[in-house]
Amino acid sequence: MNRIALIDYRAGNLTSVRKGFAAVGAALFTPTSPAELEHCSGIVVPGVGHFGATKAMDDGWRTAIANAVGAGTPLLGICLGLQWLFEASDEASALAGFGVLRGRCFKLPPPEKVPHVGWNSLDIVRPSRLLEGVPQGTQVYFTHSYAAPVTGDAVASTTHGATFAAAVERDRICGVQFHPEKSGEAGLRILRNFVAMTRHAVQTHHRVS
Amino acid sequence: MLSKRIIACLDVRGGAVVKGVNFEGLRRAGDPAELAERYNAEGIDELVILDVTATIEGRRALEATIREVSQRLFIPLAVGGGIRAEADAAAAIEAGADKVSLNTAALSEPALVTRLAERYGSQAVVVAVDAKEAGDRFEVFARSGKVPAGRDAVEWAVEAEARGAGEILLTSIDRDGTRSGFDCRLTSAVSSAVSIPVIASGGAGSFDHFFEVFTDGKADAALAASIFHYSEHAVADLKRFLNDRGVPVRV
Repeated sequence: MNRIALIDYRAGNLTSVRKGFAAVGAALFTPTSPAELEHCSGIVVPGVGHFGATKAMDDGWRTAIANAVGAGTPLLGICLGLQWLFEASDEASALAGFGVLRGRCFKLPPPEKVPHVGWNSLDIVRPSRLLEGVPQGTQVYFTHSYAAPVTGDAVASTTHGATFAAAVERDRICGVQFHPEKSGEAGLRILRNFVAMTRHAVQTHHRVS
Repeated sequence: MLSKRIIACLDVRGGAVVKGVNFEGLRRAGDPAELAERYNAEGIDELVILDVTATIEGRRALEATIREVSQRLFIPLAVGGGIRAEADAAAAIEAGADKVSLNTAALSEPALVTRLAERYGSQAVVVAVDAKEAGDRFEVFARSGKVPAGRDAVEWAVEAEARGAGEILLTSIDRDGTRSGFDCRLTSAVSSAVSIPVIASGGAGSFDHFFEVFTDGKADAALAASIFHYSEHAVADLKRFLNDRGVPVRV
């Protein structure tokens, strides 16, 4: 069974994310305790707003997410959810991120307007499962002030004042700085690609057990 | 490079799209969900649904419209008109709006901007500023352009940003519905004073007007209604026009 968990840590509205996944045939469930992540096939960490909001994902949640990821469960961070995958952010320097990806998030510099709001293009730097079928230069919808650095984990970058990681993928850990649920057909394609990874992960689990 | 956004506005009354001239004399222009779908197919970057005559019955019809539009479209959707309290904003967002646009309520209760920004994030809070030329400055009007708010447009936009607004939707009352061009002087003055995006509105009548407001007007986005409502392929044609002239747009 395909059961994708949407982590609701009270950072913004999740209606659009749910609708986006529903449009590609995946209904998300919202776990009320970390134990519910045990049998999920995928995890989505959404989020808008301040990095400090991720504090609500306390040790219990972090351990449960880390265990699931360790067992091969695909994880998708969206916007603030992508930034949380990294070690820290200048937006809330005392707070540790999930830290599965190396690097520290930074504020987009002047002279460009910040927040970076609107459609900007993806510079796809290497092939990935997440961006499969998404053409080079595709425009997607962003709304953020902080961003993650481009490291070996980046599969696409975007430039606004600085060049930052627009999409990351390492093993089954994925993240997008933009909002796939608000990026038209290209965005839905990315959600579909992630859902396909969760189906594949379920099959793999079956073979193992 | 960040694209300049083309936003279509659906002025809705009781579940149907209408369009007025200088905020008066509304006439029907079609079914909102149908129009939204057409714009999306043509490549619109964002939609704004404005409840132009917000009433209790109107608001229920509006929520049904938001639900219908947001189920089919996966581009940003903003909703304005009649959002007076946190509960109105919550209802619009729960129905599927990504952003709410506050006008009169933000003027009479600026703390509402901050509360909504804290609850949903600044990206979800648009402050709509309706302004009219008054000598060498611009005066803000509330209640659909009827009541002078006693505020300067540039000053109010700066305050709105400080209070947590994520974008400014700036409408020239003088130009609204006239098709005589955006007020580039107003737009440039506000856009230069704030660091958040400014959406220019009011007066779009030709493709040249969009070019002017994106260059001279320093707008980050431009919003129009009738120019898109009554002619097919206008969105795609407009984007091609801007792209050919070096304005970055999503094509």
